[in-house]
Amino acid sequence: MKSLDDLKKIRDAAQRKVTMRGKNEGTRILVGMATCGISAGARPVMNKLVEDIAEKDIPNVTVTPVGCIGECAIEPIVEVLEGEKRTTYCRVDVDVAERIINEHIIGGKVVQDNLIGKYRL
Amino acid sequence: MNELSLHILDICQNSIKANASLIQIIITEDTIKNTYIIEIHDNGFGMNEKTLSEVADPFFTTRTTRSVGMGVSLFKMAAEMAGGTFNITSKVNQGTSVIAQFEHNHIDRAPLGSIEDTLAILLMNEAAIDIYYKHICNHKEYVLDTREIKNVLNGIPLADYDVIMWVKNNIKEGITTIHKEEAR
Repeated sequence: MKSLDDLKKIRDAAQRKVTMRGKNEGTRILVGMATCGISAGARPVMNKLVEDIAEKDIPNVTVTPVGCIGECAIEPIVEVLEGEKRTTYCRVDVDVAERIINEHIIGGKVVQDNLIGKYRL
Repeated sequence: MNELSLHILDICQNSIKANASLIQIIITEDTIKNTYIIEIHDNGFGMNEKTLSEVADPFFTTRTTRSVGMGVSLFKMAAEMAGGTFNITSKVNQGTSVIAQFEHNHIDRAPLGSIEDTLAILLMNEAAIDIYYKHICNHKEYVLDTREIKNVLNGIPLADYDVIMWVKNNIKEGITTIHKEEAR
């Protein structure tokens, strides 16, 4: 099967990468993936984040699905963790996910429009 | 939830929370018997009889952030709305099985949707789990087993983005192929 050869190529390429990602190093992006998040549309958001990071080849960023943080009314919720700094976005859709990657992760500027404080204080 | 694969993602997240190391997802489409069956088996810590009897009730949940839980009850409703049945069995320390059966051509049976996105997210979970996915369409079948993929990968994590993209394409092509061959 041809696609298995592709997988081997991916493996060889990955082995050549000098930087190995540690679990808690770099930037972590958490996506709420409980029933509330899923039904509000967290799955396409998470896929968009992963695809953009892969496409733009952004190093040291991991995307992880997590459970419910109890604010189901404002799902999908995306949290960006950079060391001690925590930024919580809510009502994230695919367009906002793209902005988070471009403006926050690449540009270093928080996307104000979807911060959790806009909805809850 | 407008896709069956979203229900699958939801149920599998429960399995991960139950410390499962292997999740088996089996989808059996039978256009002759007109059935569409989704089975999810895990080897997590399971539930006792009391919990099991309450689990399909939307006013029951194990989470502490709020007092209702919709996951299992929504899946059950989706099956029953499509002329089907829903069954959940569990044994403490052995695992849990969920079997949802739908009428294949029922107008209220939601489409499977992008199962590859569901599996990709499961592979990106922090807990290292293995997934066995089998999709049967009448006589054709497609199988994806992450234990085999790990053998090829030789230590490279499954959550590597290129690997995830490969897995997604493999599933998409695999399912399209069995449907095409079966339609011939």
